[in-house]
Amino acid sequence: MSSHDSRYFSSHKKGEIAEWRQDLKRNDRDLLKTTVKRIIAAMTVGKDVCSLFPDVINCMQTEDIELKKLIYLYSINYARSNPDLAILAVNTFVKDSQDPNPLIRALAVRTMGCIRVDRIVEYLCDPLHLALRDSDPYVRKTAAICVAKLYSINRELVIDRGFLQQLNGLLLDDNPMVMANSIAALVEIQKGSCAQIIDSSLLSRVFTSLEACTEWGKVTILDCLAAYESTSATEAEHILESILPKLQHANYAVVLACIRVILSKLHQVQHLRESLLQRIVPPLITMLNAEPEIQYVALTSISEIMDAFVFPFLHSYKAFFCKYNDPSYVKHEKLNILVKITNENNVGDILLELKEYSGEVDIEFARKAIRSIGICALSVPEYSQGCVSALMCIIDTKVNYAVQEALVVLKDIFRCYPDRYESVISRLCQSLVSLDEPEAKKSFIWILGEYADRIENVIDLLRTFIDGVDDEPVVVQLQLLTSTVKLFLKRPSEESKSLVQQMLMFATHESEHPDLRDRAYVYWRLLSHGGDKVASVVTSHMPAPQCNPSS
Amino acid sequence: MSSAPAPPVRVGHALSGIFVINLRGDVLLMRAYREDIERHVLDAFRTQILNPRDDGFATEAPVRRIGSVTYMMKRSRDVYVVGIARGQGERGGPGDANLMLGFTFLGHVVRLCNQYFGACDENAIRGNFVLMYELLDEICDDGYPQITAGETLKTYITQKGSKLEGAIGKEAMERSAAEDQRRAMEAAKQVTSAVQWRREGLSYKKNEVYLDIVESVNLMMSAEGTVLRANVQGSIYMRTFLSGMPNLSVGLNDRLGETTRVTSRGEDAETSAARDRRLIDLDDLQFHQCVRLDKFSAEKVIEFTPPDGEFELVKYRVSDNITLPFKLMPVVKELGRTRLAVTVNLRSLYGPTTVANEIKVRIPVPKLTARATINVSGGKAKYVPEEGCLRWKIKKCAGHEEYQLDAEVLLANTLEDHKPWVQPPINIAFHVPMFTASGLRVRFLEVKEASNYDVVRWVRYLCQSGGSSSSSYEIRCA
Repeated sequence: MSSHDSRYFSSHKKGEIAEWRQDLKRNDRDLLKTTVKRIIAAMTVGKDVCSLFPDVINCMQTEDIELKKLIYLYSINYARSNPDLAILAVNTFVKDSQDPNPLIRALAVRTMGCIRVDRIVEYLCDPLHLALRDSDPYVRKTAAICVAKLYSINRELVIDRGFLQQLNGLLLDDNPMVMANSIAALVEIQKGSCAQIIDSSLLSRVFTSLEACTEWGKVTILDCLAAYESTSATEAEHILESILPKLQHANYAVVLACIRVILSKLHQVQHLRESLLQRIVPPLITMLNAEPEIQYVALTSISEIMDAFVFPFLHSYKAFFCKYNDPSYVKHEKLNILVKITNENNVGDILLELKEYSGEVDIEFARKAIRSIGICALSVPEYSQGCVSALMCIIDTKVNYAVQEALVVLKDIFRCYPDRYESVISRLCQSLVSLDEPEAKKSFIWILGEYADRIENVIDLLRTFIDGVDDEPVVVQLQLLTSTVKLFLKRPSEESKSLVQQMLMFATHESEHPDLRDRAYVYWRLLSHGGDKVASVVTSHMPAPQCNPSS
Repeated sequence: MSSAPAPPVRVGHALSGIFVINLRGDVLLMRAYREDIERHVLDAFRTQILNPRDDGFATEAPVRRIGSVTYMMKRSRDVYVVGIARGQGERGGPGDANLMLGFTFLGHVVRLCNQYFGACDENAIRGNFVLMYELLDEICDDGYPQITAGETLKTYITQKGSKLEGAIGKEAMERSAAEDQRRAMEAAKQVTSAVQWRREGLSYKKNEVYLDIVESVNLMMSAEGTVLRANVQGSIYMRTFLSGMPNLSVGLNDRLGETTRVTSRGEDAETSAARDRRLIDLDDLQFHQCVRLDKFSAEKVIEFTPPDGEFELVKYRVSDNITLPFKLMPVVKELGRTRLAVTVNLRSLYGPTTVANEIKVRIPVPKLTARATINVSGGKAKYVPEEGCLRWKIKKCAGHEEYQLDAEVLLANTLEDHKPWVQPPINIAFHVPMFTASGLRVRFLEVKEASNYDVVRWVRYLCQSGGSSSSSYEIRCA
């Protein structure tokens, strides 16, 4: 198989350009084709074969479609860098645009539009006018797109020569593909905006084309319908009626475009809202059985729709459970959605899944799953007990990163539901392995300070941290300072007093971090005043963390 | 429900170009559809995406944005087919790329490669680059996809793929210029007609229709045997060899179609209730472009004029009342630090007259496995170190049978910290011919054509799993 065209890549020897030039002059059709293929191969690998331009152009006048296509391909690539030479090709292009064969007429118009040389543009106008009026729809549909190309090269010309009117005229063309391409060209001319291309008088025609044009044309038309602002609720309803069958199309781009139309018209048809939203769910879920790239796009779209409407998806939450072999980007998106969809009815099932994921080999994913358990606990208070038990199970596995992640999450839960789950703290302290992540250390030290009066060996635990305080990042040092002060306030003793002193000395004398030093001075001053006021400042409750699943 | 703001309407930008790059970063070919991309767009891709700085999992996502350029990467074997779109807009804003359009289009490119030269990989693309250029030129104009239906393209694509070269190539060579001309006129006419997917004037001596219902079962089951999630992704594939412009209609035993038909015929309640029990609830249906969607939505009849040859008529999804073909009960026990006992019990749940074949069970074992002693009551099993699993194959399995695998797995003794092992799920792949997990059946297949010829019809069923990346039949172990 590889021997087919790849032979053109081989045999790059010196003087080949001269040799090709000779070959191009012979009158042998097969040799010509082979040579042009060789030249294109050289072009693909980045060789400069531009010097052959005149010789290749000379062969352009041929009856053979295959050869002609090859030469056109070559000329698209080099015409721009050789405007003077490109003029040589113009005559052939113009001649080809009047060829009896519609495929060649279309090819000529299409290629001329791709050669973006200002001087050629002038010559393009007449053939393009003809092509837009061609009897063959294949030529007209190509010409429609060509107007957009011309517009990007020279917009004044398009306006002066009346191409826009002609293009607008094609919107009424009987052929659905011509119409779809004209719409595409107008969208292009409006810099990608689909607004104001369709008006109410055109609607019925648009619906007819929508049935008959290609799948890609459907996408363009649907996008314009989404941008179209319907004048009344009845009209919006009518549009929706006509496009709803497209939800069943095999091309997912069509389906998604159809969903965009539905979403854009929702505000006008309040009474149909629920049923419409229910209808968009099954096709979206079906996309989750397609290849992974499609799944990814479907998931991001679902996620976006969910920010506005979660309820239609509630029944389908199981569709977002991760398969073991899903690619990691699919798993991450699914997890985002699971967090958004969690409510009091499904939290049990989802929690079991999250627990399952927490043991995955993909560490980043496992961590995200553990964080998600925390979000569930905050967003569904009725089930926070279940979440805490799940987190404790994870801590019992003693898998290092999982334990640390769970610890961070638990801290938030403690903050959110004070005085409810402290019973697990002693178990927590027992199962801890070595912590090496700042965020986890910080959380653990916070817990130690907050619950100093309930943890028996809190002084020993804190001391180990304080002994190594030098090497800690500043976030940990700050937390350590606060927690030590809390310890002293909650369990005043000689031991805790000496710990506080050690910490304060470190912060004010050894550390060079201004935040740490300032905080230490504040504590120092407060403590030296003594009394209850210190406690009311230092041990007051932090506000509960805000739960925001989308972040 | 309060009225939340509508999500943004994402309207797409056209593709600026497409390129194919291998995993080493060599560009195999590139076709720019628009002015707005230059060579540096490729360089950015190579340096920032192919050799990403370490920024975690995000690098794997198939969509990447660098500045205003969006790259859509579709992996196919050892190459990436990459679509480039340029948008001035924010992510998800009105100027953003239409990702779904991009990926479905790239999917079509890969499909066409497979159709024309049998594969979409580095070798095949290097070997057929001229054809690739011609294809890319025809299927997209200025970034707007045009005609991608394979059958139609064949009428006017001049290059022959290495796969097709044999017979067709010769025929093409012998064609005269005049003949070429005539064909071209026809092609242009067909391409823009309302039935773009079918040529006129086809003629077969023997008119035949093949209809295959192929179902992929997706299952996720807990170790206790609870079904966490099960669905069937089914397809109806057709192969048609029919003369002229036939009109086909297909009837299924789905609830949607049946209720409309019954009420219109006015059957009495009893028979329709009896029938009701065997009706299938389809969650979703997606049709090939030849199916008249308006007709389906009004009358629930699948009616169409088929393309010639092979195509996928319908994709459907079912998630209720699924008959699972197999049940599997795993028991994994840790016997001390270096020994595992694995017992897996497999039962077939379909009727006794049905026979499944090529059943493959993959049972993952720890990486440190040194060897395994396996006993099976049927089929063959062995430890496959490179996949880290025990592989158990059963050639044929009739309905209501039961097989068991008992294995003792010995782990290498290392000084490493002994972490508890989290067992990945067990996977089963299988083929069960003449069985559908959803229970879907073809009720009728009618062919109507002006000349009223006789048609031979073939209908087959297949239920499978593990065939593609998106179908899996997995049973969790812990």
